[in-house]
Amino acid sequence: MGMTIAEKILAAKSGRKTVAPGDVVTVDVDTVILFDNNFMPNNWREILQVADPAKIVVTFDHRVPAPTQQAAAAQVTGRAFVRKFGIKRFHDVGHNQGISHQLVADYGYALPGSVLLCSDSHTCSAGVFNCLARGVGGPDIIYAAIKGQTWFRCGETVRYELGGTLPAAVTAKDAFLQIAGVHGDHATMNVEYGGPGVAGLSINARKTLTAMSAELSAEFATFEADAALEQWIRARNPAPFMSVRPDGNAQYHAVRQVDLAALEPLVALPDSVVNNSQPVGRAAGTRIDQAYVGSCANGTQDDIELAARVVRGRRVAPGVRFIVVPASQTVYRDTVASGAVQTLLEAGAMIAPPTCGACGGGHMGVLGPEEVCLTSSTRNFKGRMGDPSSRVYMASPATVAASALTGVITDPREFLN
Amino acid sequence: MHFKARVWIVGDNINTDLILPNKAFYLTHEEQAQYVFHANRPGWAQQVRPGDILIGGRNFGMGSSRAAARSLKTLGLSCLIAESLNGLFLRNCVNFAFPALECPGVHAAFTEGEVAAVEFDTAQVRNVTRGTTLQGKPLPAPLMALVHAGGVYPLLEREGLIAPKRQQA
Repeated sequence: MGMTIAEKILAAKSGRKTVAPGDVVTVDVDTVILFDNNFMPNNWREILQVADPAKIVVTFDHRVPAPTQQAAAAQVTGRAFVRKFGIKRFHDVGHNQGISHQLVADYGYALPGSVLLCSDSHTCSAGVFNCLARGVGGPDIIYAAIKGQTWFRCGETVRYELGGTLPAAVTAKDAFLQIAGVHGDHATMNVEYGGPGVAGLSINARKTLTAMSAELSAEFATFEADAALEQWIRARNPAPFMSVRPDGNAQYHAVRQVDLAALEPLVALPDSVVNNSQPVGRAAGTRIDQAYVGSCANGTQDDIELAARVVRGRRVAPGVRFIVVPASQTVYRDTVASGAVQTLLEAGAMIAPPTCGACGGGHMGVLGPEEVCLTSSTRNFKGRMGDPSSRVYMASPATVAASALTGVITDPREFLN
Repeated sequence: MHFKARVWIVGDNINTDLILPNKAFYLTHEEQAQYVFHANRPGWAQQVRPGDILIGGRNFGMGSSRAAARSLKTLGLSCLIAESLNGLFLRNCVNFAFPALECPGVHAAFTEGEVAAVEFDTAQVRNVTRGTTLQGKPLPAPLMALVHAGGVYPLLEREGLIAPKRQQA
């Protein structure tokens, strides 16, 4: 029986000829990423040996720069861990810091066919690089750092065949909201993205789809590799790799077509990402207090430059806080160089340093009682970004930027033609 | 492992932000447990008695990788029975040795306050109040073994791979 991309990597990494849905397998892990939350005083258990320091990456991203003494203490512990084991791929607060999932893209840490773990649920973001990447628990990370292995339960795979080209002002975020709105969660299953439409999506756009696949409750999200992807990785990582293609007779739970050309800007209403999408017109006019562009899903150079194009020569509406968070220092420097940051500043946006920050209600834009936020980040759960009475709508960076200008949820097509 | 206690019932798609909200991140495990369902059912955590059983709907524990399962265990719940468990949440149930089972039909088979008897290893769930029985899905053998071993940290500690547990900050 043929295998999907996820099944083929699971088989290769567990030393089996085949893997099928229902199997629980032990696999070798190529990359283990630790971040500041792992080192928090109430989470950390001191590791006494590691399988291979060269397979470990450490970054501080959730609470950067440290907003509290505990967050600062976590960084102190993290730096001691890095020193003790001679970890070379360390992204301390400074020049090469960033959200872990953005660093994977910036530095080519995920090779096709490899297995990557991090105890952040959006780790499936790295699946854009044709690998198996999964968010796991903190103890899973400590176990994998020590033993070099982890376990996975193989699920069925849903394949999305992307076709066509996105219209102006419509983004991969809208494509995701379309899938999440129509098909709901994919719990216990993998998602696999492919088809002729992939060629028209930048690597950053594809990464929005894989990062957001965490919200489908997918086990793994994988993309087929193409020349653009292989070029992206080779420009950043000299290690050899072999891309993984699904077998022609792979067994899928379902194969679904998505016509990118037929999509329109969408908005997820508060409290649930799945089964909750509406055309932007249905939410248009809803007053907002805050507009947020950032996170592992939408803090790329593409996203920040798109937001800048929307606001160029205009001003953020009075009473609205427009917060823009580049996902890494590399993205930050690149968007300063391209002029996007200047454009956003002149429009009245505040630029925060690269951090998960307010996406998880941590800092740098937390919401107060009854406040309304339109965000391009990852989650709109009740209380996610702050007070339990606050409400979070979710949309693309274009829709968020357009709404920041008007003070109400707004169709971005009015601003991008 | 078997458990017998009164049940609490919650719905579908309970997410980890509801179980362990960001505002509790810096607190001790015991203090964090007092914030379970703070946003959607304020005051509930304070009503839970040691040994109580939680019944959930579909995709219980969706969302982040935070140690939400640890909070349910620390709160004193003996086990969780859900229509289905989110894959990442299940990992943390195993990691922290919090007994959790999938049992299709369980949500409709109980009313809050009724008494359940659960045989964890065989995944048999009985509604003692009504005298009805459901068959859930036992954990795969390697995961069951991890739960019986007390979870990941005790395992690594016994092998001398992590330092012994220190007093919490």
